[in-house]
Amino acid sequence: MAERPDHREQRHPIKAVPVRHPGRWVAGVAVAVLAAMLVNSLLTNPAFNWPEQAKYLFSPPVLDGVRNTIWLTVAAMAGGVGFGIVLALMRLSANPLLRGASWLYVWFFRGTPLFTQLLIWGNIGALFPTLGLGIPFGPQFVQGQTNALYSAAAAAALGLIFNEAAYMAEIVRGGIQSVDHGQQEAAAALGMSRAQTLRRIVLPQAMRVIVPPTGNEAISMLKNTSLVAAVPYLELTFTAQTIYATTYQIIPMLVMVCLWYLFLSSLMMVGQFYLERHYAKGHRR
Amino acid sequence: MSEPMVRAEAVCKSFGHVPVLKGIDLEVRPGEVMCVVGPSGSGKSTFLRCVNHLEKIDAGRLWVDGQLIGYRQRGDRLHELRDREVAAQRRDIGMVFQRFHLFPHMTALENVMEAPLRVRGDSRAAATEQARALLDRVGLADRTGNYPAQLSGGQQQRVAIARALAMHPKLMLFDEPTSALDPELVGEVLDVMRDLAGDGMTMIVVTHEMGFAREVGDSLVFMDDGLVVERGAPKEVLTNPRHERTQAFLSKVL
Ligand SMILES: Nc1ncnc2c1ncn2[C@@H]1O[C@H](COP(=O)(O)OP(=O)(O)OP(=O)(O)O)[C@@H](O)[C@H]1O
Ligand SMILES: [Mg+2]
Repeated sequence: MAERPDHREQRHPIKAVPVRHPGRWVAGVAVAVLAAMLVNSLLTNPAFNWPEQAKYLFSPPVLDGVRNTIWLTVAAMAGGVGFGIVLALMRLSANPLLRGASWLYVWFFRGTPLFTQLLIWGNIGALFPTLGLGIPFGPQFVQGQTNALYSAAAAAALGLIFNEAAYMAEIVRGGIQSVDHGQQEAAAALGMSRAQTLRRIVLPQAMRVIVPPTGNEAISMLKNTSLVAAVPYLELTFTAQTIYATTYQIIPMLVMVCLWYLFLSSLMMVGQFYLERHYAKGHRR
Repeated sequence: MSEPMVRAEAVCKSFGHVPVLKGIDLEVRPGEVMCVVGPSGSGKSTFLRCVNHLEKIDAGRLWVDGQLIGYRQRGDRLHELRDREVAAQRRDIGMVFQRFHLFPHMTALENVMEAPLRVRGDSRAAATEQARALLDRVGLADRTGNYPAQLSGGQQQRVAIARALAMHPKLMLFDEPTSALDPELVGEVLDVMRDLAGDGMTMIVVTHEMGFAREVGDSLVFMDDGLVVERGAPKEVLTNPRHERTQAFLSKVL
C-alpha cells in the first residue's frame, strides 16, 4: 500500500509570498506629485488672494446670493417633482390626448437648452404683454401688465421648474414602471381604489428607483441655478460677477463661489444618503 | 336550494383575437371548495381573474352572491360599473396569487392591516388587533414585524392568505397558491387552506395538488382550451375520468 501524504501541515494558516504590483506604486507616486503641486500652488500663488476671499465669504451681498441660490434650488425641485409626477401620470394614462400632451411637453423642454429657456422666461413680457383671468377665447375678468405682475424671481423659478419637470417626468415614469404589475393587481383585489393604490403601494416602491436620480437632479439643480443670470436674477454666481466687475478680483471671487457650492452640495449628498436608506426599507435583509 | 355563491353563464374572454374562455358555465355553492385543474394555457387563471373583474368578460354573465360582476343591468342594457363600485365588489372576494404579491415595503402586520385601514376605514387599534389574530391563525404570530423579503415562500403565502382574509371575504380565489414554493413548504400552505375550508369558506382553487383536490375539494373541474370539459366529485373525476381529454391530462400528472 502506498504511503498516504501527511495533510496535517496543510491545516496551518497559509503564509504565501504576495504578488507584487509595481504599477500601483508608479501610479500612486504620480498622483502624489500632482497633489503636492496643486497644494503648493494653492498656498503660494498670490492670484488666489485668500484674504480677499475671506473678506467677501460672509459679506451681505454674497449671503443674499447664497440665500437666493438655496430657495431657487428648493423651489425648482419641489415644483419640478410635483409637476413631474403629474406629467408622468399623464404619460401613463389611458387617455391618448393626455399622453400626447405629456410627450410633447417633455420633447420641447428636454430638446432646448435651459439657458435659452431662461432667456425666454426673462422676456416673456414681449411674448404675452398682458396676463389675465377669464374664459378662454372669451371675456377677461382681471387683467394686468405682465411686467408689473411678474418679477425676475418668478421668471427664474418658473424657468427652472418647467425645465426640471420634464426630466422628473421621465424619472417618475421609470420608477412607476419598475414596480411589478402584480402589486397593482393585489391592491385592486383587496378593493383599493386607483388613487390609494398609487399613493400607498406603487409610489412608495417607485421611490426606491426615483430617489437616487432625483438626488442627482437636485445637486445638478444647485449648480444650474447659476444660469438664471440669463433672466437676469441675482443668485450666487451672478453676485460674484457683480462684485468682481468693480474689484477685478475675478479668480478669488470664482474660487469663493466654488467653495460655497461645494459646501451646499456636500450637505445635499448627506441628505441623499439618508433618504435612499429610508426608501430601501424592506429590501434589506 | 340556496342561491349559488358564484354563477357563471357562457363566460367568454378573448385577448385580441385569441379566444381564451369559450363559454364557461359553472356554479359554486356557499361553503363549497371547487378545485380547478387543466393544462397550461387552458384559461384557469383568466377565469379566476374574471370572477373579481381583474379581467373584463366579453360575453356571458358572472354573478357572485347574486350580484352581477362588473355591470349593472337596466332593462335589457348592461352598464359598466364605476371604478368605485368595482372596488366595492372586490372587497368581498379574496384572492391569493401564485407569486404572493405581498407589499415589499410593509411588514407582515402592515400588509394585513392595509386594506382594513384604508378601504374599510377601521381604526388603527382594531386593524392591528385583527391582523395579529389572523397572522396567529396562519401560524405566523412571531413574524408580524418581518418584511416579506425576510420570510420564506411558504410564510409569504400564508401572510398573503391572512391579508385576503382581513377583508372578511365571502369567497376566496386561489391561483396555484403552492406552485412557486419549494416542495417542503407546500404542506404548510395547504394546511392553512384546509383549515379555511373546514371553517366553511367558499373557495375556488386552481391547483396541481391532486392530493389536496381529492381530500379537501367538494368538486373538481377539468378545463381545457377555454372550456369546462368535466366536472364532478374529485374522487370520481380523478379515478374514473369520463372524458378522453381528462384521461390524457390525468395520466400525465398523476
Ligand atoms: N393579458 C394577456 N394578454 C394576452 N394573452 C393572455 C393574457 N393573459 C393570458 N393570456 C393568454 O391566455 C391563455 C390562457 O392563459 P391563462 O393564464 O388563463 O392559462 P392557465 O390555465 O392559467 O395556465 P397556467 O397553468 O400556465 O397558469 C394563454 O394562452 C395566455 O397566453
Ligand atoms: Mg395560471
